[in-house]
Amino acid sequence: MKTRDLITPLDTALVADLRSGEKILISGTIYVARDAAHKRIGEMLEAGLPLPVDLKNQIIYYMGPSPAIGEEVIGSCGPTTSARMDPYTEMMLDLGVKLFIGKGERAPYVEQLLQEHGAVYAIAVGGAAVYLQQFVKTCECIAFEELGAEALYRLEVENFEVFVANDVQGNTIFQ
Amino acid sequence: MRTISYDTVVNQVARLCQESNMAIEPEIVSVLEAKFEASSGLEHEMLQQIVINNKLAGEKQLPLCQDTGIVVVFLEIGTELHIDFDIEAAVNAGVAEGYTYLRKSVVGHPLERVNTKDNTPAIVHQRLVAGDKLTISLAPKGAGSENMSGMKMLSPSVGVDGVKDYVLEVIKAAKGKACPPMIVGIGIGGNFEKAPMLAKEALLRPLSDEADHPLDKKLEQELLRAINELGIGTMGVGGIATALAVKVNSFPCHIASLPVAVNIQCHVARHLTAVL
Repeated sequence: MKTRDLITPLDTALVADLRSGEKILISGTIYVARDAAHKRIGEMLEAGLPLPVDLKNQIIYYMGPSPAIGEEVIGSCGPTTSARMDPYTEMMLDLGVKLFIGKGERAPYVEQLLQEHGAVYAIAVGGAAVYLQQFVKTCECIAFEELGAEALYRLEVENFEVFVANDVQGNTIFQ
Repeated sequence: MRTISYDTVVNQVARLCQESNMAIEPEIVSVLEAKFEASSGLEHEMLQQIVINNKLAGEKQLPLCQDTGIVVVFLEIGTELHIDFDIEAAVNAGVAEGYTYLRKSVVGHPLERVNTKDNTPAIVHQRLVAGDKLTISLAPKGAGSENMSGMKMLSPSVGVDGVKDYVLEVIKAAKGKACPPMIVGIGIGGNFEKAPMLAKEALLRPLSDEADHPLDKKLEQELLRAINELGIGTMGVGGIATALAVKVNSFPCHIASLPVAVNIQCHVARHLTAVL
């Protein structure tokens, strides 16, 4: 299996070169958002408010962590089902997101949108939440704190392991 | 008559919440390890993460999965036991305490969607049984696999083939979204609300347990084979480990009905029982 290193902000040419089935080791910044945070971002855009973060060439990870315990910077932090974020994907692509991480298949229209925007969907292993926690070095809540696990977080990660699921050529990892 | 205190129930429920989220049964761990050994390619790589995760969770005392679920509690209350408090309130107090360092994943109203911030209320099922014991079986259930579950009122004429077709239809729709390797709980019979309860209870059975009724047992074996032949594999990337087990629970039903429910459980199959 081919393993690729990726740092953020993302190099769009490198993203376009990723292929379905490859393992990626991500180092740098990952932004975390799930259903409620996506909804809030949509409402802010609609109201013409400035967003708390610039997502150009960035990564969105669909995840809601468990609380940090003791010395840990974050609790367990595996992926959530990506399909729930399908309706928000075009909005995030328009904001410049180039890589999405979650688990499970996306709708065909999302696969199409990814290709059109030169973006990639990768999956982390669902239920490997402590395994993935090892690669997270810092975790900071940057918006919507009242949403708890559904808030917007910024993670700094080192060699965070994911697998390319849908690439810019329309290839898929799924059966 | 034996009595049990409010505090005992609260403390035991809190303990079950914490412990059930940190470790799954050794039998499931072993089967996952065997699947890891037998798998190849991408699936092998992913199963390795799952195998390591099962060890790390215990070492770090972190929940196996960040989705520590909505809590499902089955209470078996002995008729010779004296309880002078609201047992459901005690269970919820235990959940609130037990979830201090677990994720709070419950919203108060399904449309308002405001987090209750203590993971309550739990979903509590109560049953009176003979004796003077209180049995608490607790199963935190994540949404990934729960969301892909299904229920259908079939026509009796479709028979066993119709049941199989429906189960496979649900699994094919779930694919990688339900976090396979999965355990599939199937409820056949009863009525509209009974069939999903049967499916849920089926998931509480030990992994190697076989159904008593020969038809249910045969269905468990045939469906396990058929589901794995779909080749969905770990996380949907293809392979041998779509399902670890299929559990069928059945119940009598109306002459005109054939209810079938399919409750999918991901590989983080958490449940723990305390007998007080």
